[in-house]
Amino acid sequence: MAKITLDQVRHSYLDHPESPDDWALKELDVVWSDGGAYALLGPSGCGKTTLLNVISGLLQPSHGRVLFDDRDVTNVPSEHREIAQVFQFPVVYDTMTVFDNLAFPLRNRGIPEAQVKSRVEEIARMLDLEAALGNRASGLTADGKQKISLGRGLVRSDVNVIMFDEPLTVIDPHLKWQLRSKLKELQQEVGATMIYVTHDQTEALTFADKVVVMLEGQVVQIGTPEELFDKPGHTFVGHFIGSPGMNLLPCEIVDGFPSFLGHKVDIAQAVDVPADATRMEIGVRPEFLHFDSKGLPVDIVRVDDVGRYRIVEVNHKSHAIKLVTPENVPIPEDKGHLAFDLTKTHVYADGWIIN
Amino acid sequence: MIDKTVNQRAWFLVLPVVVLVAFNALIPLMTVVNYSVQETFGNNVFFFEGVKWFEQILNSERFHASLLRQLSFTGIILLIEIPLGVAIALSMPKKGPWVSVCLVLMALPLLIPWNVVGAMWNIFALPDIGLLGRMINGMGFDYNFTQQPLAAWFTTVLMDVWHWTSLVVLLAYAGLSSIPDAYYQAARIDGASAWSVFRFIQLPKMKRVLTIAVLLRFMDSFMIYTEPFVLTGGGPGNTTTFLSIDLVKIALGQFDLGPAAAMSLIYFLIILVLSWIFYTLMMRNEEQ
Repeated sequence: MAKITLDQVRHSYLDHPESPDDWALKELDVVWSDGGAYALLGPSGCGKTTLLNVISGLLQPSHGRVLFDDRDVTNVPSEHREIAQVFQFPVVYDTMTVFDNLAFPLRNRGIPEAQVKSRVEEIARMLDLEAALGNRASGLTADGKQKISLGRGLVRSDVNVIMFDEPLTVIDPHLKWQLRSKLKELQQEVGATMIYVTHDQTEALTFADKVVVMLEGQVVQIGTPEELFDKPGHTFVGHFIGSPGMNLLPCEIVDGFPSFLGHKVDIAQAVDVPADATRMEIGVRPEFLHFDSKGLPVDIVRVDDVGRYRIVEVNHKSHAIKLVTPENVPIPEDKGHLAFDLTKTHVYADGWIIN
Repeated sequence: MIDKTVNQRAWFLVLPVVVLVAFNALIPLMTVVNYSVQETFGNNVFFFEGVKWFEQILNSERFHASLLRQLSFTGIILLIEIPLGVAIALSMPKKGPWVSVCLVLMALPLLIPWNVVGAMWNIFALPDIGLLGRMINGMGFDYNFTQQPLAAWFTTVLMDVWHWTSLVVLLAYAGLSSIPDAYYQAARIDGASAWSVFRFIQLPKMKRVLTIAVLLRFMDSFMIYTEPFVLTGGGPGNTTTFLSIDLVKIALGQFDLGPAAAMSLIYFLIILVLSWIFYTLMMRNEEQ
């Protein structure tokens, strides 16, 4: 177990990167605390897998250091980093039995057979693989195989971190849920640091204590699911997490308060506009808007009833705004006024939040 | 009972295939079967002889000798070409500009007509004017493939290895490139040695293509004719007279149609049975 520190890590797959777009990872300074359950969330191609491979040592970063506790492991090969990684597609050694598959990492490290046996049996019990131990691994279903990949990571008691690279992509939906809660359970039982890469927000939010959101090779926010929801650090987080995503309204700042097409919006604290800011926006989640007797005048365009709540789409001078209202709250006919939740409305300069 | 619409006219649709197969396989094969049970003294007059030719061939020492030579030759080249082909495939680059260069170089021997290969190696290995022959003699070995049985075998095997190892390489390389990177990465993380990676990842993943490689090389080498015919003509003496060369000698040299036809059928059955045995053995684990 260890704390993992990424110190000014940058990586490019090109030999001579020039423009910022040449970098798959742009300057990362991240600390993953020991025993944490992290989710790494972001769209395809944002550098999630690159980051994972840098931590696991499958890839040498072009720049910067990787530390496990205080040990610099930047030049240490994967097999000596004591890490485990589960890939998108299950990796099993076809010709071996399930038992031999699970024992493989231990046997490679010269651990006595008696210890191997007890450890493998323990892990098989955790993963409900006991009955299959004697079977050939190639005969298993996709989720069984993925459990083996996972088991090979868990079987070593000395792993610093277990990393999952979109491990549930090939699993049937009904098993996905089972396996995901199993993972969460295991994380608490084993107490290992786990990093879970996904582009599915549900997966990220159910698994992780902390979510790391990435965009174009950068970490845009690290926080608990609540923090990401209540105070997105970047407009990307606002619309990537939550459904429907955050409303973004262009604004200008008058005396520290945003003004949306001439309508002043109240926020908790006055903001300072950065000198080089070119694009100012108000960000507010549909959940933090409600109808009131006064406020921003809007036309109601459509109402979608999605079960426990309704999604209302309204227009203000041809700007579409969405809000979520509970079932029992009445919605005005045709026209109404919108009120913004004071503490949950934020101002963004060029995408980044202003505190 | 399930009621099906019976419409036998559908058979007309397979008629073209039936005709094609008949003219291209069945009728020639039946002609051979026909010859194998008859005796002729010319003038298109035939006498029925039953299984006499089969008995004669099966009891003939000449047939036994060439069958043994054939089995040894096929065994030797399989033992060399399969491991060598896998080894070359493993050491070939996985990506980059050299991949296509290697693949083209590998494919070259396969593009050369068989009799050209035979002629090439004949001249190449001649002890007085051939590069290879001169070199071997220059190193102090007494080498003359036109007179020494061992040298003739060595040259024939070397020629076949040169000509056909590429096929195994290409197949093995195809098998290797179908292995996703994640397998190698997982193996690294699991601390697997290079041997373990080969034994537990590469070899199992290559199994299907290697089965095909073994079958193709077995069948082809078992029927080998042109190359040794051009290289050694079956000699010195009969030492490199393999089954097909022997068969041609009987059929066209001696014009013994009956024994040649019987030998053809036995030859055919041996290939069929051995291929089936190879296939069953190599696929046995697949079904478990």
